[in-house]
Amino acid sequence: MSTLRDTLLLANVSRRHFLKGLAAGGALVVAARWSPLLADEPLYGAEAMPNGWVDDPNVFIRIDEDGIVTVVNHRAEMGQGIRTSLAMVAADELGAEWEHVRVEQAPGEEETYGNQNTDGSRSMRHWFAPMRRAAAAARTMLEQAAAQQWEVPVEECQVGVHVVMHTPSGRELGFGELAAVASQLPVPERDTLRLKPREEWRYIGQDESSRKRPFAVDGEDIVSGQAVYGADIHLDDMVYAVIARPPIYGAQLRSVNDEAARALPGVIRIIEIPTVGQPAGFEPLGGVAVIAENTWAAIQGRNALEIEWDVEAAGDNARYDSTQYREQLEEAASSPGQLVREHGDVAAAFNEADSLIEATYYMPHMAQAPIEPPVALARLVDGRAEIWAPIQHPQAAREGVAGQLGLAVEDVTVHATLLGGGFGRKSKPDYILEATYLSQALEGRPVRVQWTREDDLHHAYFHAVSVDHLEAGLDSDGKALGWLHRTLSPSIASLFAPDPMHKQDFELGMGFNTMPFNIEAIRLENPEASAHVRIGWFRAVYNLPHAFAIQSFAAELAAAAGRDHRDYLLELLGPERQIDPRNINESWNYGEDPEQYQVDIGRMRAVIETATEAAGWGRELAEGRGLGLAVHHSFVAYAAVVFDVEINSDGELTIHSADIAFDCGLQVNPERIRSQMEGSIIMGIGIALQSEITAHEGQIEQDNFHQFLLPRMGIAPDVIRVHLVNSSEDVPMGGVGEPGLPPVAPALCNAIYAATGKRIRRLPVGNQLTS
Amino acid sequence: MATLTINGQVHEVNAPDQMPLLWAIRDVVQLTGTKFGCGMAQCGACTVHMDGEAVRSCVTPISAAQGREVTTIEAIGEDAVGRRVQQAWLDLGVAQCGYCQGGQIMSATALLKREAHPSDEQIVDAMNGHLCRCGTYTRIQQAIHHAADTEGEDA
Repeated sequence: MSTLRDTLLLANVSRRHFLKGLAAGGALVVAARWSPLLADEPLYGAEAMPNGWVDDPNVFIRIDEDGIVTVVNHRAEMGQGIRTSLAMVAADELGAEWEHVRVEQAPGEEETYGNQNTDGSRSMRHWFAPMRRAAAAARTMLEQAAAQQWEVPVEECQVGVHVVMHTPSGRELGFGELAAVASQLPVPERDTLRLKPREEWRYIGQDESSRKRPFAVDGEDIVSGQAVYGADIHLDDMVYAVIARPPIYGAQLRSVNDEAARALPGVIRIIEIPTVGQPAGFEPLGGVAVIAENTWAAIQGRNALEIEWDVEAAGDNARYDSTQYREQLEEAASSPGQLVREHGDVAAAFNEADSLIEATYYMPHMAQAPIEPPVALARLVDGRAEIWAPIQHPQAAREGVAGQLGLAVEDVTVHATLLGGGFGRKSKPDYILEATYLSQALEGRPVRVQWTREDDLHHAYFHAVSVDHLEAGLDSDGKALGWLHRTLSPSIASLFAPDPMHKQDFELGMGFNTMPFNIEAIRLENPEASAHVRIGWFRAVYNLPHAFAIQSFAAELAAAAGRDHRDYLLELLGPERQIDPRNINESWNYGEDPEQYQVDIGRMRAVIETATEAAGWGRELAEGRGLGLAVHHSFVAYAAVVFDVEINSDGELTIHSADIAFDCGLQVNPERIRSQMEGSIIMGIGIALQSEITAHEGQIEQDNFHQFLLPRMGIAPDVIRVHLVNSSEDVPMGGVGEPGLPPVAPALCNAIYAATGKRIRRLPVGNQLTS
Repeated sequence: MATLTINGQVHEVNAPDQMPLLWAIRDVVQLTGTKFGCGMAQCGACTVHMDGEAVRSCVTPISAAQGREVTTIEAIGEDAVGRRVQQAWLDLGVAQCGYCQGGQIMSATALLKREAHPSDEQIVDAMNGHLCRCGTYTRIQQAIHHAADTEGEDA
């Protein structure tokens, strides 16, 4: 981190007081970072995020006179546990006792809190350091306050647990007793702060012992029905809206007959929302909203609408058929595409090879389908918009609403509720913009827009369908001499601009460019593919198809070579080394500094070894039983998965166990990392076996969970074992929420192959085992 | 108009007979712990007890709840089994986002009330109608066993 930048920041750190720390804005802290002086310097990590980071204790930490420490959490909580984990960091560095720590959710306000866009598995790796500094500054201020009170040198005062101690005299003062004085002190300069060494941490890294009590800050509220999600806010005079949206991306409203709907009890009004063109970005799709006295009346009202859509306005999208599209991509995969990365001469390697192997893999569209469907409540009061919603990216909502209503961003308040799951869906604020539009049409009256499950599945920002074609040439010993990979998917960029027809750097960077195998000749290509529905982020994004294809194909090569899959995979990876992203044409690198964050083959090998050993790789297995392995690097972390499966003569699959070894560097909240890995195993099983969105004549064919299948308890492994390795400060911090997911589906399909000899190349598995 | 007894309190609900109990609980009575997930009994987020039996409130018309004792997640802690289940959920750190967990707890409690020490198969039978997108199933299964094992202990 540059000292120049630090100096600039320090000059502007506001001297607000942490006793009342939430009152004012801290825009100066942020403004300093965007000085033109620094414009030419490449920025990485938290530095590169819009509105960057903030480490002012007055923003994040408040101590009341009763000793309660309130930590402000500014990231979206969607089950990844960030409200607990960032508070653990603050509590540890401050010296607070956990039972006196409370967590308060910040509104969307990046000018105060720094970046709040909760995606990309970034919260901890971008906020561990700023949160520690904020807490260390507060701790220093408490020590200074005690020194003043006792009239002793500050060096003799030290924070213990929720107290400051005067070591020579044995006197103590509680945090609450010091808060008023401490709050009057200036914030110490950043480079004077002492950060606690690891041996002084009481919460960070705590694992099994955290099981002994309800450590998660929202645990009690969740199990008693008190936790507040998007649909749980009631305002006086609020009304409820359900919207009929165009059934095809790009279709326009032609006419609506709302007579029957208006006649229903509880229906108040029908409001048309202008339909959006393409690309839709985060704009609402538009359509016809039914405003009613309760959700059910609004749903009934929508059912009674007679709507004619101008389907031709959707152009090609009106003829979108996902089966034909798959065939079209498979066909296109046989021809060369835009060159992405090349080493050596693949054509020559294939000529020289003893055998050529090829395979084409398919992953369908999927919907994120959080169990809480999109929902938002909005009202307009005195020229300001106020919103309550579950949203991963509150700033995008504020900017969108400001643009929509002609307001300044500061006049849009987003109160972030808990998210009932996000998985990328709630990065997009379209549902919030629907609510503000309707509130404006109702003279500011509070409106809750509720999406039904049908809405959620029909109008998701879908996970991109993907075809991946791979070819390899092996020598007579089975060693891979050449590797060709063509990947074809519509791009998320098609949501914001005319369809680029190619994956963008941030999409190719998700496990395609970064293919880590140590092969002499490599050629990676990206042929064209067009988008016909809204395409958006889904947990782990393009890592899913890339990992599925690459890790399945590696297993196919091992089989072709007659080799043990693990041994062969380790050989493909080659010796421990760092792969510099700049040497593999990888410019995105999850936004991180390529000097610091490289693809570490040693860590990749280590997770393979841990997972396979734990699973008893190589042991004798009964007929119909098999172990399958996959490894993947994503979100600057490393994960390997081994499944133990059994398939009976009727083709019925039982998953006996899953072992996942995971390395994200320093583990702040190991307990929650474990649960994220367990969840990744379950979600990945669904991706492998069940989940598929299809389209016919431009319309999505799945209406609800009887058609879009998600894993249930019955298909869960008997046991999931999570092996966390390398909780080290010697490696840069990695992500957690997403990187466990990509290796799951290929590991499961490799296990199915090991058990049955049946190779799955098209997801989901569906009935392929019984037919 | 329906008379509903929810968590021991009587509510006069002015709504059509066919309105699902879920929306009466959420929008009219304004108890929000019972969640909407699918509207067709596919996900279990809306599960409540009717006379102690787990039902999907999203497909139960209020007319069918008349004269029955409806219990929601907000009151399940007043029941000894319910409290044990909640504690087991906390002890094992089951919840991730937590949205589906109210419904899961309602079904788990109903299961333990009729079967004090359920087998794995019985647990799957009782819980397979619930979806958890965060993927907490293995912990739910463990937590139900844990709650069964703590029977007789103070919750």
